Amino acid sequence: MAGLELLSDQGFRIDGRRVHELRKIQCRLGVFSQADGSAYIEQGNTKVLAAIRGSKQKTLHDKVLVNCQYSMATFSTGERKRRPRGDRKSQEMTMHLRQTFDAAILTNLYPRSQIDIFVEVLQSDGGNYCASVNAATLALIDAGIPLKDYVCACSASFVNDSPIVDINYLEESSGKPEIIVATLPKSEQIVFLEMNSRLHEDNLSKVVDTAVKGCKDVYQILDTAVRDHVSQVATVHGWEN
Amino acid sequence: MSVDIRIAGARESTKQLDSEEISSLVTPGDVITTDTGFMRGHGTYMEDDQLKASVAGVVERVNKLICVKPLKTRYNGEVGDVVIGRILEVGQRRWKVDTHSKLDSVLMLSSVNLPGGELILLELLLLLDNVTQAEVQSVFADGSLSLHTRSLKYGKLGQGVVVHLSPSLIKRRKTHFHSLPCGASIILGNNGYIWICPTGNEMEDKTGGYEQNLEPVQRADREVISRLRNCVLALAEHKMMLYDTSVLYTYEASLKFPNI
Repeated sequence: MAGLELLSDQGFRIDGRRVHELRKIQCRLGVFSQADGSAYIEQGNTKVLAAIRGSKQKTLHDKVLVNCQYSMATFSTGERKRRPRGDRKSQEMTMHLRQTFDAAILTNLYPRSQIDIFVEVLQSDGGNYCASVNAATLALIDAGIPLKDYVCACSASFVNDSPIVDINYLEESSGKPEIIVATLPKSEQIVFLEMNSRLHEDNLSKVVDTAVKGCKDVYQILDTAVRDHVSQVATVHGWEN
Repeated sequence: MSVDIRIAGARESTKQLDSEEISSLVTPGDVITTDTGFMRGHGTYMEDDQLKASVAGVVERVNKLICVKPLKTRYNGEVGDVVIGRILEVGQRRWKVDTHSKLDSVLMLSSVNLPGGELILLELLLLLDNVTQAEVQSVFADGSLSLHTRSLKYGKLGQGVVVHLSPSLIKRRKTHFHSLPCGASIILGNNGYIWICPTGNEMEDKTGGYEQNLEPVQRADREVISRLRNCVLALAEHKMMLYDTSVLYTYEASLKFPNI
């Protein structure tokens, strides 16, 4: 990847964004009628579907058990590949998602039950974890499951002495450092943080700050989408009061 | 025959265009009030002396109690609600019933009107996967429901169609059984399950449903039932409240289209 210029002298990235710009986010709530809650999100070319289902397997007597299933479609990457459910990569992702949402869901409200979160990546162009978290948050809100706050995730990298936010597949695979953060944006608590590759200590806080700022920007977009959705449905219900 | 074809993008949005934001709308994490004089209801939680919302929905205030009502949830049972359920498990002295609530509901043998007062085998009354209609008797501490079918209005449902919808679409009325003039009966369960059946079997003879009428349903009746089902689904698709009048009006409007 030596010849690839990730950040031009004019300050543009490969896909034409500036350093602090997110990819275009489009989302929709309530895409399935059978699931308790569902959502679809597009972050640039990364497209993710999430569905929530509550089930009643008596598990923990004092709180709900959060169960996740992350999978990637065979056609999601450039190379077509059959991806069995239990492979290492998706198992790891599943675990990370579960830890993230365990921290955000008010788990003590649903004793003796289980919440299943299904995430399917339809197209992958970097930031799969981030898009999955954002989609699952929307799906949980659609399902009416009590959350402390939104969970928003965003990635960041460090190229030519400047932090870049929301990196795509090319930037992800260039070998540059990658920081993935999931936060509760209103209280600015970090619920998940992952770092790949190496990054100098002096730059760490800069990159983390960029990612946290990205999470807040994501939050603004998701919140607008949720408010639009709820207003639209509630107006028909005759709830405006 | 002329056919209109258009691409999906040209379709007019079915949603209302000018749905301005509702004033009391909150989303998870929003601070509702910093005043400590309020009581915490459903859909809220306390953090740092602030009352925050935990679901997306509309704030409702009843005196000092603040609740947030989300658009879509599992069914939260209340005593006296009419529900439709499906038997999940037949136990020693009770049935487990799926009523679309968070936990399985229970129908105790003692809460069932036994036909003729005799004790007969549980399996003979309600089999696995039978659909039943019941009333909520009480709500347990963990939120699961105890049902009863004490009245002859309630009991096993025979031949008909179940439709699963969101509980928030069912309008609370005094009565949830309706014999519609179009020749079918509809039960709008508070839990979002709806039962449509031909008029004149269970509802009329009031046996609690244990003497089942297994005569074949006439084709005309079936057509009415399927049309009603489609009407209910169409109303739900557009998030319209369901009650007898809305269903009947939709049915009448649909008669313009003779072939389903």
